[in-house]
This record gives sequence, C-alpha cells and structure tokens, in this order.
Amino acid sequence: MTVRPSPGETPPNHLNRAPAPAPAEATASTPPATTRSTPQTPSAGPRAPRRTVPVFSHFFLAVWALLTTLPLLWAVLSSFKSDNEILTDPWSLPSRLRWENWGRAWNEAHIGRYFLNSAIVVTGALILTMLLGAMAAYILARYKFRGSRLVYYAFVGGMMFPVFLALVPLFFVVRNLGILGTLPGLTLVYAAYSLPFTVFFLTAFFRTLPTSVAEAAMVDGCGHYRLFFQVMLPMARPGLVSVGIFNFLFQWNQYVLPIVLMQGEDAEQKWVLAQGLTALAVNEGYQGDFSGLFAGMTIAMLPVIIGYLIFNRQVQSGLAAGQLR
Amino acid sequence: MRGKRLFIAVFLIPPLLLYGIFVVSPYAQAFQIAGTDWSGLSPTYDFIGLDNFRRLLDDGYFWNALRHNGLLLLLLPVITILLGLFFASMIAVGGRSDRVGVHGVRGAGFYRVVYFFPQVLSVAIIGVLWKEMYAPHTGAVNGLLRAVGLDGLAVAWLGDPRFSFWCVMAVLIWMNVGFYVVLFSAAMQSIPRDLYEAALLDGASRMTTLVKLTVPLVWDTIQVAWVYLAIIAIDGFAIVQIITDGGPSSSSDVVGLRLYKTAFADGQFGYASAIGVAMFFLTLTVAAMFLRVTRRDRVEL
Repeated sequence: MTVRPSPGETPPNHLNRAPAPAPAEATASTPPATTRSTPQTPSAGPRAPRRTVPVFSHFFLAVWALLTTLPLLWAVLSSFKSDNEILTDPWSLPSRLRWENWGRAWNEAHIGRYFLNSAIVVTGALILTMLLGAMAAYILARYKFRGSRLVYYAFVGGMMFPVFLALVPLFFVVRNLGILGTLPGLTLVYAAYSLPFTVFFLTAFFRTLPTSVAEAAMVDGCGHYRLFFQVMLPMARPGLVSVGIFNFLFQWNQYVLPIVLMQGEDAEQKWVLAQGLTALAVNEGYQGDFSGLFAGMTIAMLPVIIGYLIFNRQVQSGLAAGQLR
Repeated sequence: MRGKRLFIAVFLIPPLLLYGIFVVSPYAQAFQIAGTDWSGLSPTYDFIGLDNFRRLLDDGYFWNALRHNGLLLLLLPVITILLGLFFASMIAVGGRSDRVGVHGVRGAGFYRVVYFFPQVLSVAIIGVLWKEMYAPHTGAVNGLLRAVGLDGLAVAWLGDPRFSFWCVMAVLIWMNVGFYVVLFSAAMQSIPRDLYEAALLDGASRMTTLVKLTVPLVWDTIQVAWVYLAIIAIDGFAIVQIITDGGPSSSSDVVGLRLYKTAFADGQFGYASAIGVAMFFLTLTVAAMFLRVTRRDRVEL
C-alpha cells in the first residue's frame, strides 16, 4: 500500500508543463489565492469551524497532564502535612511546611542510608558498565578475529531473555561467590545485566565513526590503547551519553534484582532506595507514620524529576533509543 | 600482530567474564534446575525430568496468575497504544489549521515533558505512590470521590477482589502511556506536513486522517510498542508485588510473583525455575505469533 499525495504533486507538474511564457504576465494573472501570506485576510469562511479543534485537543491533553502530575504533586504536598491532616482530608493543603517529616524519613526511616547505598552501587555499576561495554563494543566494531560474530550475538542475545528466568540461579551464583547482600555484589550484577544493550548500542555507534581518523593516528605511531582512550572514546561521546542516561535510569530504578539479592540477615543495612521505600510502605501500615512515608517518597522522587527537567531532551532520546532496539 | 591479539584479549576478556558469570551461566542453569526437585537448602537434589512441568499444569494458582497475565496481554498494549496515538496525534496535528496548513498544538513541548514523568520514576516509587492513592481513608482517589459527592463509590479499592486487578492494570497503563505519546509523536513528526494538508483539502475528517494516514505511516513504531508492552504485560511483577502483593486471595496474582514466592518464600527452587522456563517460552511464543500476525507491507514514502 502506498500513500501518494496526489493534490500536493499537481502544482509542480503543472508548472513544469507550462511552456514558459513571459514570467511577469504569469505572476500578474495569478489570483490572490496562491499568494499565501496575506495577513489582511485571516483564514475565514469555510475553515472557521476548525478553530474549535485546538480547544478540543487542549482539553484532552490537559486532562492527561493533570492525571500525570496530580499524584506526584499530592505526594509532595502530603509530605508536609501532619498525620492528622492526612487522616482527616487527603486533599487539604498542609497548614505549614513540616520539614521535620523529611528529617524523620531521612534519619529514622533510614532513607538517607538507602539513598547513599543506591548512589554507591549505581556510580560503581555505571562506570563499570560504560568502561567494559565500550571496550567490548570497540573491539567488536573495529577488529576482525575468529569468533567475533559469536561474541557479538552472545552479548546481544542477552536482551531477549526475561530476567525472571535467571533469578533463581543468579541468587545461588551470587551466594556461592560470597557476595550475596553486599554492595559490590549488587554492583557487579547491575553492570553485567546492563552489558547486552550497552554493547549492542555502542557497537553500532563505533561502526558509524570515520575510520580515517583512526588510520591517521595509527600512522602517527599511536598504539591501540592510546587510540581507544584518547581518540575513539572522545569521538564516541554522544553515543556514550545516550546509553549512559539509559543505563543510569535502568540501574537507579532497578527493583527485582535488589529484592532478590539483598535479602538475609544484616542485608537491611545495604538496602537500596527502591527496596527501602517499599519496606517503609509496608511498615507504615503498622506504625501509622503516613507523613514520613510521603516525605521518603518525595526524597526518592525529586532528584530524578529535577535531573529529568534539566536534561529532558537527552533523557527522552536516550530512553527512546533504548526501547527501539 | 601479537600486540593486536593481546589488545583484543585485554579488552574482551573482562566484559566476557562478568557477562558469563552473572548472565549466561544463570540462564543456562535455569533450564537444568527446572528439571530437579531442589529445595535450595538441601545440598543434594534429584533429577525429576518433566515432573515440575506436569505439576505446573495442575497448579490452580499458576493458572489463576496466568489468566491475569493473559488479560494484561490482551488489554494493556491495546489501551496504551490507543491512548498514546490519540494524544500524540493531538500534539502533532491538533492545533489550528489555516491556509498555511495544519499545525501542532501550542505547548507541545510542555505536554511531552510532563507526560514523560512516570517513565523516569522507579517502579518502587510508582507502586508505593499508587498504593497510597488507592488507600481507603487516606487515599487521594477516595478523597476526590467524596469531594464530588460520590461517597458510595469510595470503596476499598485494593481490598476488594473484584477491583484489585483492575486497579493494578490502571497503574500499568498510567505509567506507560506517556512514553508512547513521546515515541509516537516523534514518529509523526517525520511524516511530511503536506500529506495532512492534502487529506484535509480532500475533506477527510481528523479521525479518518488518523486511521487512514497516520496509523499506516507509523505502523513500524506501533509494532515495536506492542512487543514492549507485551513484555511488560507478561512481567508485571514489581507493580503487583508492591501494590497488592497478589491479593486479596490471589485476585491480582501474576506469574512473576508466583515464581518469586515459590522460590524465595517457599524455597521450592526447582519448581520456581520451571515457572521461569514456562515464562520464557510464553514470551517467545507471543513475540513470534505477533510478528506473524502483524506482518504488513511497509508504507514507503
């Protein structure tokens, strides 16, 4: 099936077929309909009813925008309310800004500790992912050796398996290595599960980079290692940023891996934010500290939202690239 | 030449080691463990062949969970894609139209930024947030219903087996629509404007334009979206576990949660692995079936 813009094609054809008369005469005879920029005659007549369309679309768009933001706003507002205010009316505004709720969530509910744990794990995992991923992708994109296609498909194949299939054996692999319930253990697992997409994306990216620069550097006596770290990595920066944002969100928002790998005695000290927050939500039922829960939620939510608002273009394109693999 | 070989080895072996230990070996072991009666605590286990899979066929809890995944699979992609297409086309061509042609709506950038919020938040935050939204006394949903005088509708959403599953599905739709709006509106921006102008000149309504023009032209993107939403529907674990934990009385259970509980609450690791293998083949089948059904001639421009 082909969609062909037949009315749109007509004018150029028509012009081409015209046997080129005196141009001045032609312009003079053209009716004002073709001169498009006529500010004195605003689009009127039969088109007028279409003016309702923007109102119509704005209405629906605004409804969904409200549906998206109101729950988040509600959580932020509730984090400043007292438990009593939350219990009497869920939609009332806080009578004053109770920052003490945030303090309680940060210290007593250990959100601060979980936040720090998340930051440590994600920082380590992100550095490891980007370094190892870029190294593997660079070799797979630029060097020919026996078995290179096999290695490439081994990495890329990892994107097709549901993580659930691996959960049970992974638990025992990590336990047998003696790193169950530890931050380094979680870091290694995060990095390993980020590799398939990172390698896939960066291999494609390294292939698009011009070979001439690398060749010139080689002629000048640049070694393989220097070529990679000082020439190729800086050139691959846009790709590294996209895949880095994708990996950051993937790792920061991870839920299934930590709840499986950070269980057992003493593991509570090492919990990450996602895990600590859900535990807080379960405990809140017993302790009745609603405001503390909302404060914890807000603390977990705000950094990501603020980061997103600053880098929204990069985040959207990074995530879109990740989904369209 | 030797330097080059060494270089390849130095660069390739560390990532392959990490990947092999934590990704490849667990996936390979999963199939093996699925054939055993391993309970995790005992050092020994027996190979019991396909018994775990036979047991799966008679497991009422598994079928109940699978039914919920089936419902998600039928409804989640369709509803999310329809809403995504609707809002994306509003953004792309919902603005005023005049002699110059069709315009995007004003504030398109604003909508795209706001719609994307749930996508950057972790499932844990979204789950906890909606658990509180649905809370019977302190929740925002019932607060709103009472405020507009619909006290009768203010029920215990998550405590009622009739509603709990649908509440979870609503959250899954809520958190995914925004991403597909952004995705579809990016795809729509690559459609030449004059196609819309031509269609409108020919007297096509906006609905006809959407169905006959926009949808065929972004069909590839819709296909990709469907596959990803189907994967989310087969999973669904995190949101269900946080919001309802499968309850009340398994009314919102999903297969991923079955697996998690069978393994880490009941310690039946062999059986849990069998559930994992079943999920894997389910995913494969759905993807293969879908690609076959929706194969359709590409629209060339």
